[in-house]
Amino acid sequence: MGFWTNQLSGPTDPAVDAAWESREPRKGFFTDTSICIGCKACEVACKEWNAIPEDGLSLLGASYDNTGALGASTWRHVAFIEQTSERIEQARESGRRLVDLGMPSLRTSGASDPVTAGVGPAAAPPGTDPVADRAAAVAQADAAQALGTVPDFRWLMASDVCKHCTHAGCLDVCPTGALFRTEFGTVVVQDDVCNGCGYCVAACPFGVIERREGDETVKNVGVAQKCTLCYDRLRDDQTPACAQACPTTSIKFGDLDEMRALASERVTTLHDNGYTEARLYGADPHDGVGGTGSVFLLLDEPEVYGLPPDPRVTTADLPDMFRKAGFAGVAMLAMAAVSFLGRRR
Amino acid sequence: MTTNPLDADRPPEPERRGRRRRGGGSGRRDESVLVPDASFQSYYGHRIVKPAPWKGDIAAYLFLGGLAAGSGLIAAGGAAAGYPALRRVGRVASVGAVALGGVALARDLGKPSRALNMMRTVKLTSPMSVGSWILAAFGGFSGAALVSELGASLVDRQSRVGTVLRVVDPPLAVGSALFSAPLAAYTAVLLADTASPTWHESYRELPWVFVSSANLAASGLALVAAPVEQTGPARRLAAISAVVEVLAFERMQRTMGSTLSEPLHHGRAGAFVTASKVLTVGGALGGVLFGRNRAAAVASGLALMAGSVCTRFGVFEAGIESAKDPRYTVGPQKERLERRRAAGATDDSITTSR
Repeated sequence: MGFWTNQLSGPTDPAVDAAWESREPRKGFFTDTSICIGCKACEVACKEWNAIPEDGLSLLGASYDNTGALGASTWRHVAFIEQTSERIEQARESGRRLVDLGMPSLRTSGASDPVTAGVGPAAAPPGTDPVADRAAAVAQADAAQALGTVPDFRWLMASDVCKHCTHAGCLDVCPTGALFRTEFGTVVVQDDVCNGCGYCVAACPFGVIERREGDETVKNVGVAQKCTLCYDRLRDDQTPACAQACPTTSIKFGDLDEMRALASERVTTLHDNGYTEARLYGADPHDGVGGTGSVFLLLDEPEVYGLPPDPRVTTADLPDMFRKAGFAGVAMLAMAAVSFLGRRR
Repeated sequence: MTTNPLDADRPPEPERRGRRRRGGGSGRRDESVLVPDASFQSYYGHRIVKPAPWKGDIAAYLFLGGLAAGSGLIAAGGAAAGYPALRRVGRVASVGAVALGGVALARDLGKPSRALNMMRTVKLTSPMSVGSWILAAFGGFSGAALVSELGASLVDRQSRVGTVLRVVDPPLAVGSALFSAPLAAYTAVLLADTASPTWHESYRELPWVFVSSANLAASGLALVAAPVEQTGPARRLAAISAVVEVLAFERMQRTMGSTLSEPLHHGRAGAFVTASKVLTVGGALGGVLFGRNRAAAVASGLALMAGSVCTRFGVFEAGIESAKDPRYTVGPQKERLERRRAAGATDDSITTSR
């Protein structure tokens, strides 16, 4: 894979593209929302560890979600969705449609492909026996199907976080170089460089990064802020605070290859159990952002959780934008030339 | 919500504020009527992408940058074709607009004290970085051209300083003319290179709208400030640019489609866009038909400048609004996903079944 291919879109290893010489495996999260209990320990642990200031203590009237959304001072956000059986049926149906489409038929690429290599059952983490798990899962599925109805109510709880995209719009458009790609393949803001231009805020296809508002007493006010995937902890071989605090292992952390394999295995288990609504989000390196560093297992369409259904990094179109602007610029010169060349009065 | 036989005695609950989960619907929804919404679901109607945290300063800069670029071009044209009044007006205006625009940009930063961090690096993937360098280069050339202009009026043409000025003046005019086109066009890329749906999808035609708008603002200022005997080129430029702008704007809305061009017709953005059409067409017609009358020229010039202001504020506000409503993010994304699936693409979606 030549260096210049896939610099703006498509599968690639972002840390290598950022010219890191020390090769660390790319790190990431796998957030399994099917076992999230909505305790918000991740939100609290994140705020505590990163010393994030308070950003509002109001009741939002959105189920148990009083956090609202990811932002400058909210780097983990637990979404709560209440659904009736009708909605569950629809989710199951849309999931079944995905299975029928057979997505993704991962492109057959050479074993040297750094991104897709290692994805699949062969890369299951040591210590688990997929075969025995599968047999148990099938037995469970049969039992569940014998009982067989859709519940009349369910909660969806999902802990959202920065996606640490392979092609990060925020990083691409940052004019100062304040945002950078770490050796772990994550995206981090340098607080002391950012001048608060706010371009990254508009460029993020997931609406994650935000400029911090407040008076002069607030830490890093006026500067763009978002999840760092606990860069400080990673450099000391520690787990990010949210994953460490999660009591149900809904938030898993590790090498991204391993996370994708875990996610793939988990969604298969859920399908075998009859939960066709289960699907992965961000696990496909051929998507619009080149795959995310945070993989999610969802139980309904992404937009139900406030996630975009087909995000695409805006800079993928940048060469075309510059080309079109170039034509317009030439046209501007031509318009002026014609005006001045006209007859003299 | 679970139900039991006693629920029949319960009156329907009015919906609480903020409970709207199905986007695209009207404001209130009776919870006792659970009709699934066919269009799309959203998370309590929350926005998905965040709007740029930019205020009116940035919209004002879009206008000022355009005015500076157009004026630089008119100044160079005036210098080349022998219109001294246009040259002078253009040079003063370009420097003034660049200075004001720079102040507007710095004021909008979260950390204005770090404004110079823009010059910390050259980054081709960031239109804002590219634009900062374009602005700096244009500012340098037009500032030097203005110094040359003032110098020429102060010193004797035959003196040594006068000779130097006569030699350096043409290259300075050419330099500011060459950087004026990128200065006028890059702001379109700046807006388009975002996740705000209406801005992004306008990227094919927005540069044409913005360069025309820059020409219109600058020719408007020339009509106001220069004597009518010398404004012939400015009037012709206004006429050509008005036609290009109106056509490009129409085409832009057609390519965006009805959903994404909607923010250009609603609320404040809609009012700005309508006003910009009236002012631009009126100003251009006035300039062409009555431009040799001083009063009419001033009125047309003011209308053209106001029209350019309205175009910039309209496009600016429409993009911000499109980011605030999840409808504009989810709807077009789902449509393009469905189109790809219908065409048989099954390996490029962010949502996968395994």
